[in-house]
Amino acid sequence: MRHALISLCLMAAAPAMAFEIEARVQFGPDNAATVLNVISTADIDLFAPVILGYLDQTPNTAVDYVAVSSGELMKALRDEGAAFDIAISSAMDLQTKLANDGFAHAHNSDATDALPEWARWRDHVFAFTQEPASIVVSRAAFQGLTMPRTRQDLIALMRKHPDRFMNRVGTYDLRLSGLGYLFATQDARTSETYWRLTEVMGSLNARLFCCSSDMINGVASGELSIAYNVLGSYARSRPDADQFEILLPTDFTTVMMRSVLIPKTTHDADLAGDFVDHVLQTAWAERPPKDATFTIAGEVRNAEDDSLRRIRLGPGLLVFLDAYKKRQFLQAWEDAILQKR
Amino acid sequence: MTMVTAKGSIQRRLMVSLLAGAALLAVALFFIVQSLARQLAEESQDNILLASATSILDASAVRQGELVLDLPYSAFSMLGNLSDDRVFYAVRFGADFITGYSDLEDVRGLGEARFETRDYLDEPVRVVALSRLLSISGRPTKLTVIIAQTRNGQRETLERISSIAATIGLGFFLAAAGLAALASRSAIRPLERLAVSVGRRGPQDLRPVAAPVPSEMVTLVAALNRFMERLKVSLARSEEFIAEAAHRVRTPLATVRTQADITLRRVDKEENRAALREMIRAIDESSRAAGQLLDHAMVTFRSDNLEHSALDVGQLAAEMVDRLHPLAELRDIDLVLDSTSGAMISGDTILIQNALRNLLDNAIKFSPAEGTVVVSVRRLENQVLLGVQDQGKGFPAEGRDRLTRRFARGSNAEGIIGSGLGLTIANEVALAHGGGVEIANNRKGPGACVTLSFPSA
Repeated sequence: MRHALISLCLMAAAPAMAFEIEARVQFGPDNAATVLNVISTADIDLFAPVILGYLDQTPNTAVDYVAVSSGELMKALRDEGAAFDIAISSAMDLQTKLANDGFAHAHNSDATDALPEWARWRDHVFAFTQEPASIVVSRAAFQGLTMPRTRQDLIALMRKHPDRFMNRVGTYDLRLSGLGYLFATQDARTSETYWRLTEVMGSLNARLFCCSSDMINGVASGELSIAYNVLGSYARSRPDADQFEILLPTDFTTVMMRSVLIPKTTHDADLAGDFVDHVLQTAWAERPPKDATFTIAGEVRNAEDDSLRRIRLGPGLLVFLDAYKKRQFLQAWEDAILQKR
Repeated sequence: MTMVTAKGSIQRRLMVSLLAGAALLAVALFFIVQSLARQLAEESQDNILLASATSILDASAVRQGELVLDLPYSAFSMLGNLSDDRVFYAVRFGADFITGYSDLEDVRGLGEARFETRDYLDEPVRVVALSRLLSISGRPTKLTVIIAQTRNGQRETLERISSIAATIGLGFFLAAAGLAALASRSAIRPLERLAVSVGRRGPQDLRPVAAPVPSEMVTLVAALNRFMERLKVSLARSEEFIAEAAHRVRTPLATVRTQADITLRRVDKEENRAALREMIRAIDESSRAAGQLLDHAMVTFRSDNLEHSALDVGQLAAEMVDRLHPLAELRDIDLVLDSTSGAMISGDTILIQNALRNLLDNAIKFSPAEGTVVVSVRRLENQVLLGVQDQGKGFPAEGRDRLTRRFARGSNAEGIIGSGLGLTIANEVALAHGGGVEIANNRKGPGACVTLSFPSA
């Protein structure tokens, strides 16, 4: 049994690294000949099945998995030149920026060739999930109310019941979360409604979070009634999933693609390429294994829905990463969400 | 016959020059298409870079004494439309760096829009710099947007177009090669037609070529026609000459022979009669020699211009035996014909008659009185054999192979009138018909046996 071979060694932070590590796990045999260093924004629990599948096929190899925030991942690879073989992130813009600025290693294989045009950028960034930005609401908190279907519905609902939602709305803190910033900028690009919604959330003294999982925990504990722009996959994978309603707003739903790239600092590009191929093959399989948490399908395999807006990989993503532009955007966002009450 | 020496080929030369031209054009086509494609690809990248820079400049303004800049989403996303190329940018206001990649340098030069290709981050990039003057606190200050993009997409486009251009060039060349083959063949066809029509003519056919020919061949055909005209005239002359000579030599000889005969009857003195007989013998010899010389001249002339017709050797032999019967009877020689029917060949009747007559002359001459001369006609596989057998002394054992040479006589033929041309004539006739002569002695009993062979029709 592969599971028996896993040695868990959670660490707060590795002393040699200046970037902040949230968690670190070593998969595979302790005395493995080669170690694949993975830096990732995905929670270890969710990503473990993919790694175990890989180790099943690749003997004598271990995977050192470091979980970080998307901002820290950028810092590690771009500013500190940390040596990693694989970088997995939900922040498509940061992945694109890394590739654009020459911090990614090119990789070409049958698995990458099989990807559609929209699922890759150059030979560097490869998408392996499609995850819609969802609104997760607590069924308990919405008793007696119609579930909102659009952002307009949600705005109207929050305006109508300010007491019910005061302090009970959660969303990303764009200053901390790369994914939150990506979702917000794409929302703002798509519709002006985003700014109205942000102002209403601001007026309800919305609470700001670093991560999807924290927000969902909040909804689960009853602390929050609404979590805006969170990853539905996190809510769905929980045992108490029936407490939530996962809404995909029908006016538009931004779809993020988690992506993988090989950092330029890799010590073994071939090994890293094999891992990338494994991730892609698992995710893009016609019938993914049952325990696969990340697949290209996600919630949207059959939904060729007009409301789904897949974020396009490419240089457009660089615009909101521009320091000047980001400052402007965050200024506007802060003005809306942190209202002087 | 003299062999014509071939040097070069018009068709090949035509083909080679056409192919060389086509190859040259195909290569030129390839390079022209490629250079046009490169120009177009460069232009389209320049245009999109310029559009991107323009959209940033247009979204910038000075408000309340401060620069307000916006990077429209489209400014970069449009660069991603054509290719997956890396994008770098920088915005500078006067001497200040505002945002972007601080080490991306401006493009030197004048004018609002400036383009350049250079290396950035280890990759060749196309750079555009676009400037506009903004007035800030009453001073005009230059706002410059610099955008750079790698050129992979352009390279891929070029590679694609190059391979298309190469395919087109190759296709063009192959089509041209096919056409060149057709053209060169059709150009050479009138020549071949002329050669075939001249080659097919009969030996006596010296009519001028009348069929129309291409203008380039008019000189050649005119010269050929003139040559044939001259040949016709000179042939006619030599035929006339032969006839004339025969007439001039034979007629007076016959007269002299007659006079000598008459004189012989009148003269009684034995020594005079002996002298006269010697004279008659000499006259006979001259007459026969002249006859054979004329025969030989005619054989030589006709051999070069064989007149083929279907002829029955058996019938020809029978006629000849009939004709020579009186001569044979004069010497009490029995002339026998042993012939099969249907011995058909294609040949010149006059020549074969001539050959047979000469052989029979010899046979009668060399046979002893009351001997037998047999003329036989046989068919053997695809040959017709015409044999003449006598009962004379036969051929000497040595030097038999030189007997067919002109004026060569057997070493045992002394005392018999002859010029030595008989076998030569027979041999030349047989050779002219693609056959041969076999000279032998009879296996049973004395005598010679000469056999002519001809391919049967």
